Amino acid sequence: MADEEEEIILSDLDDAELVEQMMDDLYDGLKDEITEGVNILLERGWAPYRILTEALVAGMTIVGKDFRDGILFVPEVLLAANAMKAGMSILKPLLAETGAPTIGRMVIGTVKGDIHDIGQNLVTMMMEGAGFEVKNIGINNPLENFIEAAGEFDADILGMSALLTTTMPYMKVVIDAMKEQGIRDDYIVLVGGAPLNEEFGRAIGADAYCRDAAVAVETAKEFMARRHNRVSA
Amino acid sequence: MSLPGDPSGAPGGMTAPDDALNSDGLAPTGTGRVLVLACGALAREIADLIRLNGWAHMDLACLPAILHNTPDRIAPALRAAIETHRPRYDRILIGYGDCGSGGGIDALCEDYGLDRLPGPHCYAFYEGVDRFLAHDEEIGAFYLTDFLARQFDAFVIRPLGLDRHPELREAYFGHYDKVVYLAQTEDPHLDAAARAAARRLGLDYERRATGCGDLGSALARA
Repeated sequence: MADEEEEIILSDLDDAELVEQMMDDLYDGLKDEITEGVNILLERGWAPYRILTEALVAGMTIVGKDFRDGILFVPEVLLAANAMKAGMSILKPLLAETGAPTIGRMVIGTVKGDIHDIGQNLVTMMMEGAGFEVKNIGINNPLENFIEAAGEFDADILGMSALLTTTMPYMKVVIDAMKEQGIRDDYIVLVGGAPLNEEFGRAIGADAYCRDAAVAVETAKEFMARRHNRVSA
Repeated sequence: MSLPGDPSGAPGGMTAPDDALNSDGLAPTGTGRVLVLACGALAREIADLIRLNGWAHMDLACLPAILHNTPDRIAPALRAAIETHRPRYDRILIGYGDCGSGGGIDALCEDYGLDRLPGPHCYAFYEGVDRFLAHDEEIGAFYLTDFLARQFDAFVIRPLGLDRHPELREAYFGHYDKVVYLAQTEDPHLDAAARAAARRLGLDYERRATGCGDLGSALARA
């Protein structure tokens, strides 16, 4: 019947069609289809890094854009993220083996008193997809956790997240402690979370406020490029 | 004070069903010199306080409660409502806390020289702001009020997609440990609804009878 959708056999698609289909499947949060698509591309000899960037990150970027534009909402973004996570769990060990390029290193966590980690988990995933090594230190972190983790991980970037108006001021406590210890300028400090804005980011002495995961990736890349330029100048 | 649970709604006897308060808000009656411009989630309690205290000088208008799910939209919506209503009233009291606006509502109040309700959100002023903020140990609590207990599906389950995708429960609530129902009224049905909500989220349950906390005194000053 013409009005019945035909089932798509992923392995019957050529590479370009498959990547396009995977981006659709990611948008629709279809975890099993993404897993299958990743495995097919690997069997066809695609490099893990190419699958990551051309299928998964590209697809997730569309999801992020539509979230920003109010076309998609949090549940759809979470489902897409779960699908991407399924694909990344296959690719991650392979990426480590094949020596994929690393742009920079980041420690990220939610501040003390706050247990909301959806945003920082999305940022972690997108940063990893963009070639950053990320240590996610989870929720409810006192300043010691941030500072110790950043030192131990040899981070370039320190990311802090908060969902609550009552917890976001703690970001300043962390930054002030970094200043006191003379290590503030060793790191690019990025902050994010629903109640924050650019003005708040500036006021607490962060390098930038990132309104969503895609912006976090672009901002991190920009700051890393500036840092490299400074070092090589 | 604890309210008797009268569902009759806004000043002037206007009935305001919860689903309308959630999605549409509430229009003012046009009487009184002081307008309380509040969140739809507070409409019943504020209307009841106005009625019980005989505050005939006070009118009530509400923005849709569901704005809470996109807190960055609250201050712009309030600004538009202030512009609409202020020619008709001597004073406006903003019936919101900070409500996740990250200082946006405070900035708005400063622009217009208005006051808002005390504390970061309704959970705080229902329990009493000082008492609420002393709950350092309670970061894993998901709070419900009477309104949220009644509107749990419309306000929490459906917007979070948990009706269609219950597997997302862990992503949203994995770090929570209990539902705390801050009860404005003595209502066994709401207690049961809040308890059912906790069960649905897989969390422990606690009921705390708060009445309206600091809400009544804040309104009395308006």
